[in-house]
Order: sequence, then structure tokens, then C-alpha cells
Amino acid sequence: MSPETDTAVVQGSKAKLGEILVDVKNLKMYFPITEGIMITRTVAEVKAVDGISFHINKGETLGLVGESGCGKTTIGRCILQLEKATQGEIFFEGQDLTKLSQKQMSPIREKIQVIFQDPFSSLNPRMKIGDILGEPIKVHGIIPDKAKREARVRELLSLCGLNPRFADRYPHEMSGGQRQRVGVARALALNPEFIICDEAVSALDVSIQAQVINLLEDLRDEFDLTYLFISHDLSVIRHICHRVAVMYLGHMVELAECDELYDHPHHPYTRALLAAVPIPDPTVEAKRAHKVVQGEVPSPINPPSGCVFHPRCPKAVDSCSKNVPEFREIKPGHWVACTEV
Amino acid sequence: MVVISESMVESDIEDLTTGNSWGAMVVTMLRKYPLGAFGAFIVFLMIFLAIFANVITPYDPVLNSFENMLTPPNAQFWLGTDQFGRDILTRIIYGSRTALFVGFSCAIIGAFTGLVLGVASAYFGGRFDLIFQRVMDVFMAFPLIIMALAVVAVFGTGTQNVIIAITIPFIPRCARVVRSSALSIREIPYVDAARALGFTHTRIILRHMVPNVMAPFLIMLTAFVGQAILLEASLSYLGLGVQEPVPAWGLMLQGGAEEYAESAPWVAIWPGVAISLAVFGFNLFGDSLRDALDPKLRQQ
Repeated sequence: MSPETDTAVVQGSKAKLGEILVDVKNLKMYFPITEGIMITRTVAEVKAVDGISFHINKGETLGLVGESGCGKTTIGRCILQLEKATQGEIFFEGQDLTKLSQKQMSPIREKIQVIFQDPFSSLNPRMKIGDILGEPIKVHGIIPDKAKREARVRELLSLCGLNPRFADRYPHEMSGGQRQRVGVARALALNPEFIICDEAVSALDVSIQAQVINLLEDLRDEFDLTYLFISHDLSVIRHICHRVAVMYLGHMVELAECDELYDHPHHPYTRALLAAVPIPDPTVEAKRAHKVVQGEVPSPINPPSGCVFHPRCPKAVDSCSKNVPEFREIKPGHWVACTEV
Repeated sequence: MVVISESMVESDIEDLTTGNSWGAMVVTMLRKYPLGAFGAFIVFLMIFLAIFANVITPYDPVLNSFENMLTPPNAQFWLGTDQFGRDILTRIIYGSRTALFVGFSCAIIGAFTGLVLGVASAYFGGRFDLIFQRVMDVFMAFPLIIMALAVVAVFGTGTQNVIIAITIPFIPRCARVVRSSALSIREIPYVDAARALGFTHTRIILRHMVPNVMAPFLIMLTAFVGQAILLEASLSYLGLGVQEPVPAWGLMLQGGAEEYAESAPWVAIWPGVAISLAVFGFNLFGDSLRDALDPKLRQQ
């Protein structure tokens, strides 16, 4: 992606919901594949995220959607500084997180939190719920007093719709939905401004999903939270997000306001993705003509030249395999990386 | 106890039964792991004998008594006496003090150092892990007894140096086992969550990773106690360990085995039996502990 497009994305922000909180510029995350034991050499790179720029406004929920392996989670991990980005900048409240040391990062970690996908592995099985929630509060010195801290833990639990008495339980004594609520409570423990929901509801069954999504919405309204909502579930994204970004093979292909994207998708990949959503009415579903995208997702080690989607694209023309499409604004706030729309 | 509150929606609130009495637990353990219970019996018997050695035995373990030299087992001296007229049963009971002291010191120091180093190695990964593991390889390349011999040769004999000699080769063995299970824990999201919460490396290693590698660690720990007892006996037998007149099983073998093997076999047999039983007991105990702690084995 060219530098011009990066600045274009920033300009296209149309600060509707307030100032920019998170600003990701030309982020690249290449995972090296190495050979050799002591003297390693890189033989190939997995281009998990390949030049992505976007921003998130304060109080906004940005949905990040795409199929498995397209780099959604990697973006989240880069923002959290769990992975060191290969290239690019991640600004949070004006500070570039990629340039901070671990010590400098510590106060910022209070403001950025994460909710993981799997509620069964994201809680330490050897710690009681009360300790899981109380530990960050203690470590960051927010509430040094033990009794007050326990009161705060109980408050967090009831905030997330759990019985305060659960503080004395271990994670294995709870159901998946309850554990995910603990995950939400832990993310809230430090009073963050920004929460990355990494497939936060994907591992839950549908009725529990709805409860957790409603909980996340309530919390957003109550505490003015900003979310980066990573999911592959288009209906969940539509329900909770203000703006939606669609990813394919490490690239962003379309970014627009939620309703705009669902009603007027422009990129062929977005259209295919939306067409794949099943319709709950079986008679309508049976009559519908399915246009499935042909072929497999190419390997991120050796992505196609030009537009990464061109080998599978129904609209592809000759130039698609040569030129990288510019991420351009076709309508105010609606960005597409395709030359043919 | 069923907790019900209007805020809860999930119906599968488990009935948490607590208050299983200790007695009932012991009975179930006995039934499920009879060999482990036997091992535990030997272990606790040894500990009991070591603590109350001076109450149980009527004789002095060190004092020579030349009128009772090499007495065969009889009503007065149940297991006979050695070439200095000291009661063998008394010396075996006092010897369990040495064995347990060396065994537990080595196992605990070695296993805990290995635990922290192993988890740290897995947590930091990359180049640190690579270099650290090669250093461990160097230590592992020495057979245990050769390594212990080298240490004794440098530091000299005596209980303290025996402990050092046995502890050093234990560290890499524990670190290796712990590292392999810590490597899998490293990838579990709760470690990422701890990092995202801004915890220090020390806190993540000690509070979040170490408690989750306890099962392999405890097995290593119990196995080490048995091995340390055997090693201490071997070193003492070779004259490199505990020195006379301190009662130690290996030393008793050295004193009696060679010279009186034919004329007074009891001098060598009973300390040998004591060593075998102790190692056997700790190994059985460790094996059952592994079965009891491994949820996969438990289900079968």
C-alpha cells in the first residue's frame, strides 16, 4: 500500500463520534520462517498483516471481519503489543506504541484491554475468580486496600451479571458463558478506554452470545468504551458495530459505516461474504441462488501479485494481477480497495 | 449449595459438594492406589523413625562396644551388630535421618531451581531458551555419579558437599521436564491475558505459569528423593560421601560388605534392604502421585 493511501485513510475519518483514539498506520506483521539452529536465516515470511491503516474514534465500535487466517487477530495482538510489528505505527492517544519499552507501556496497558475467544483457556485454572479480577487492580496499585479491592471485585462481577459469591470459585466450576463474563469483568478491572474483543462471542452458543453482546453494548454505553470487535460472524458485527472493516489475506478490502457496508457492498469479496450469510427463512434460503467464490484462500507466504483477491474475483480484469488497487474513498466514509467499482 | 440470583441466566450452576472428610479420602486413595499407599506407608514410616530415632532405639549408634562385635541377630540385637559392636538396627534407624535429610534437601533445592529455570526458559524462548538448553545439555551429558564425583573431588567430602554434588545434576533434569510442559502453557491465552494486563515477567512466571506445571514437577520431586537417597548411599559407599562415624546406609555397606560378606552377612544385608525399601517406597509413591494428578489417566 502506498503512503498516499495511508494519509487518505486518516483524512477520511470524518471525526463523527469525537477524536481519534487508535490510529494504525501502514501496519505490517511478517512472521519469519527460519532455518538453522544457531545461525538462523529467514527462508520465507508469512505476511499475516500487509500494510493496513485504519483508525478508531473515541466511543466507536469498529468491526473487523474476514475469514480464518486473514490477519484479524494479528492486528489485535499488534495493538496490544503482544507481537512486535514488523513495520508501521500504532498511535494510541497520540503515542506510538511500537516505540515504547515494556516499562513505558505499563501505564498504557491499563487503558487497552482484551477479551479472548476461548473462555476455557483464557482464565488461569489455578486461580480463584476473585484473584483473577483482583490481581491487576493490585499490581497497578489502583486499590491498595484489600477489603476495598474485594468490594471492587464483587462490583465487577455483578456488573457483568454474575453473582458476587463467584469470587470464591475456580474457573472450572463455571459454565462457558459465565467464564466469558469473567473475561469481560477482567477486561474492565482496570477501567480501560479501549477493549479489543477478539472473537469474544464466537465460542459461545447463540443464546449466550446474545447475552454477552448485550452486556458489551450496555458496558459501552455506561463507560464510554471504544471497541475493536474482531469476528467472522457478520450478523454479530452488524448488531454491535458503528463501522466495519473487511479483511482479506492481510489486506483491508473495504471499510464503511455499518449499514452502508451491508446495504451497498462494493468490493467483490465483501459481496461474496455477505451472500454467504444464511437466511433464517428456509423457503427463501432454498430459492436463493448461491454464488460461491471459487478456489481456496492463497497462502500468505506467497500472496498473489497485484490485488490479492484477483485469482478468485468474478470481476477481475488483466490489470488486477499487476497493479495493487488503491484504497480509495468512493463515497464519504466508504473506502474500497478495488479498481473495478 | 445452589446459588440462585436473578442476575444469573445460565442454568447449569453446579452443586458444589464440599466437606469430604479426610478419612473417607484416605480410604478411597487406598482402594484406588494400593501400591501408592504402600509407598506412602514406607515414606511416612521412615519419617517417623527419623524423627523419633533416639526414643525408639535403646543403643547409641556411634559408641563402640567390643564385647558385642559381630553378634548374629538375636533377641538383644534384632539385626545383629557390626565389627565395632554397634547395633545395626539402631544405625539403620539413625541412618534414615541422614538419608532423608540428604534426600529431601537435594530434591527440594534441585527441583525448585529447575522449576524456575525451566519455566523461565520456556517463557522467554528464542535465543535465551536455545543457549540455556545447550548449557543444560552439557550438564545432562555427565552421568549422575560422575558429576557427583567431580563435585566431591573439588569441594571435598562431608554431608553439605554431598548435597551440592547431588543437587547440581538434578537441576537440568527437572528444568528439561518442566520446560516442555511450560512451552505448551506459554501459548494458552491466559498467559497473553496476563501480559496484556501489564504484569511483570517475574509475576507471570511465578504466579501464572509455575502453578500450572505442578503435576510433572511433583513427580520429579518425589522421584528425586529416591534417587538422592540412592546416590548418597553410592557416594558414601565409595568413601566420597558422609564420613564415619555418622550413621549412613551407604557407609554401613562399605564397612561391612567387603570384609565380612561370608562370616557375618547381616552386616551388609540389612542396610541394603533399607536402601532398596526406601527407594522403592518413594518411587511407588511418585508413580501413584502422577496417576492421581493426571486428569487424563484419572478418567480411565
